[in-house]
Amino acid sequence: MNNRKNTEVERMSLAEKAYLPEIARGLGLTLRRLFRPKMTRQYPEERWQPLGSYRGRPVLVKDSDGERCVACGLCARVCPALAIEVQAGETDKTKERYPAKFEINMLRCIYCGFCEEACPEEAIVMSPNYVFTTRSRNKAILDKEALLTPAEELKERLEFLKQFKNQ
Amino acid sequence: MAEIVIDGKKCTFEGNKTIIEVAFENGIDLPHFCWHPELSVAGNCRMCLIEMGNQKKNPDGTLAVDENGNPVIAYMPKLQIACGSKATPGLYVRTNTPQVIKAREAVMEFLLINHPLDCPICDEAGQCKLQNYTFKYSTGECRFTENKNPKPKRVSWSDKIMYDAQRCISCSRCIRFAKEFADQPVLSFINRGDRVYVKMATDCKFDSPYSMNIIDSCPVGALTSKDFRFKSRVWDMAFNDSVCAGCSRGCNIKIGTRNNKILRIEPRNNMNINRYWMCDEGRLNYSLQNENRLADSKCKNVQVEKFDDAVAKAVQLLKNYKAKDILFIASPKATIESNYMLAKLAQKSIKTQNIVYIDYTDKNFGDEKLRTNDRAANTNGMKIVLPNIKPLDFDDLKTKVQKKEIKLLYILDSTLSNDSPINEIAENAECVIAHCENESQLSKIADVAFASASCYEEEGTLVNEAKRIQHLTPAIANRENIRTMGMKLGRFEQFGTEDDKWGRSNLSDNRSDWRILANIASGLGSDGKKYLNAEDVFTEIAEINPQLNNISYQILDEYQGLTLGNRIENEKKYRIYKSNNVN
Ligand code: SF4
Ligand code: SF4
Ligand code: SF4
Ligand code: SF4
Ligand code: FES
Repeated sequence: MNNRKNTEVERMSLAEKAYLPEIARGLGLTLRRLFRPKMTRQYPEERWQPLGSYRGRPVLVKDSDGERCVACGLCARVCPALAIEVQAGETDKTKERYPAKFEINMLRCIYCGFCEEACPEEAIVMSPNYVFTTRSRNKAILDKEALLTPAEELKERLEFLKQFKNQ
Repeated sequence: MAEIVIDGKKCTFEGNKTIIEVAFENGIDLPHFCWHPELSVAGNCRMCLIEMGNQKKNPDGTLAVDENGNPVIAYMPKLQIACGSKATPGLYVRTNTPQVIKAREAVMEFLLINHPLDCPICDEAGQCKLQNYTFKYSTGECRFTENKNPKPKRVSWSDKIMYDAQRCISCSRCIRFAKEFADQPVLSFINRGDRVYVKMATDCKFDSPYSMNIIDSCPVGALTSKDFRFKSRVWDMAFNDSVCAGCSRGCNIKIGTRNNKILRIEPRNNMNINRYWMCDEGRLNYSLQNENRLADSKCKNVQVEKFDDAVAKAVQLLKNYKAKDILFIASPKATIESNYMLAKLAQKSIKTQNIVYIDYTDKNFGDEKLRTNDRAANTNGMKIVLPNIKPLDFDDLKTKVQKKEIKLLYILDSTLSNDSPINEIAENAECVIAHCENESQLSKIADVAFASASCYEEEGTLVNEAKRIQHLTPAIANRENIRTMGMKLGRFEQFGTEDDKWGRSNLSDNRSDWRILANIASGLGSDGKKYLNAEDVFTEIAEINPQLNNISYQILDEYQGLTLGNRIENEKKYRIYKSNNVN
């Protein structure tokens, strides 16, 4: 490029500088798109159902006999945003420990999915849930009750993990 | 001084030592499970296998050398254990040959055959020798596909210790500790081969006051502390050096904290004092630090707006009384710095010699191991700055207070319990100024109750019963020390913001005792000296006190404390042994 022409205006040809042909070209593009299939949807009435590979809000998996989590704290350790806080407690079950407290601060979470990857129990997974709003900062800290999700609701993700990750 | 060669490095030693000891002293860490520097040699884990040999001899008796003049060494074809082989002068040791590496990998594979995949639920994870060595010395593969041997889990050995036989690697450290240090030989292996595990003899108790040391000397998570079980993962905790204030031995400790609360205390190796151990009492009596703290200074049980108000009130009260009406109660539990500032306040500003201390001797506590009868950590240190001090006679003080001969009590002793006789006397006194760590009867009735820093928050120096002076450093943050403590906290507290539920919000306003006293002294018009930190105070004491001449915090850290009256040249620097070190 001729480096003496520094600005966009200097680089434009005469036809471009006249503007009118360019406006017509733009209108033409719009007109053509009008008759193609629509890519957008009427959110929030029409919602998209994500696939198993989608990384939405992290949740805890709940089996028929309660949570899978053993409160090992590996998710909290790997979380780059320090979003997870786990406090273990002791149970009489064979696994010995359970999360007495499990909190994810959704203001900190960056949806990276590292927690899911680190978990030895497949107890924390990325859910298809992508809608998350709250009215206060405190409500963005989700506790165990808010996080526990029945395994059936996470079927697609668990299936995906089985197929591609935890082989 | 004899010499052996380990991996080409000349290592010197004296006396009767094993190869692993010589290596350790010379800065070489050989992998080991069952060897512990203070326990007898068991030689049963085989992790420390090495190659050793001597220089060949020619037929005429001279030592063989090759054409370059290097010694020719005949290594033994069979590997030897470094923990069970004597170091003899002229020995050559190789620790990294393919043969040794292969042997270690085999040992690791055997150990892991029956070891459960328990790391996620095991308290030892993160500081486990087996875990660390698996990364460093094993192939990480297991060829064993059969079922693992079932063994008992969650066996209670006492109200403090829980045993998990599946995780046990049968190193016998606990058995040897019980027999050799605790003098309670109640533990033993039962069964044979891969079914072996440790069992406590039936109808026996393992209740030695030192029993919990087996928890941190256990190289794996087979032994867990019931007090600590599952409270936190070790990587979320901060471990800061401190000195136990439980008795006048002054055991060196590490304080494990998370969220600015003490979760556990463990011994720190100091060859001059506690060597590798500490007592259970010192380990478990941290609850006063975590609960019921007096977080802000109070005047007549009403919280003051700021610390300076409490100081102003104390200054005004001290001015109201004549010197002979005032009694100062120093503290054998407080640091040298604090007692020095008290002495300075009493002797220079108020001009009285009315200083006493409360004696904490408990005849039932001491033994011939570590515990001593004097339950105050710094009686000797207090006597350095207050040489003529007498113990407090409660009956005498009671009558004096009743007769109004003593009107104002200034109490530096900040850990007085509710059943101390001083509470009743204080109630009858006209005026009380007290340093308090916790909410107590005294803090409620005192005209001024200063929220004072505990031994876990304060910096200073302590002198133990054997006249060894040690540097006490803080492990818990408060508003006074947060500037220096900031990066010494756990990873959550370091990076937490005010919106997080964890982190460093809610710091208390406890101040070091010496700082409170220095502030009062300047309110009364002192010599105008300014002290930025405890080190300034110590420097001043070291200048005027011949016993402490030439001593500084830096030197104390370097030698892990100094014995007073001993020349520095005679002090030895030891390498610190960490049972769960990654090496
Ligand atoms: S998705 Fe990432 S940021 Fe969110 S909680 Fe998991 S590890 Fe933390
Ligand atoms: S990594 Fe899994 S098992 Fe461990 S604390 Fe997190 S969710 Fe629970
Ligand atoms: S319990 Fe621990 S210290 Fe005792 S033999 Fe087993 S592994 Fe060794
Ligand atoms: S012996 Fe004394 S100093 Fe040592 S841990 Fe026990 S109470 Fe603390
Ligand atoms: S450390 Fe030498 S055999 Fe165990």
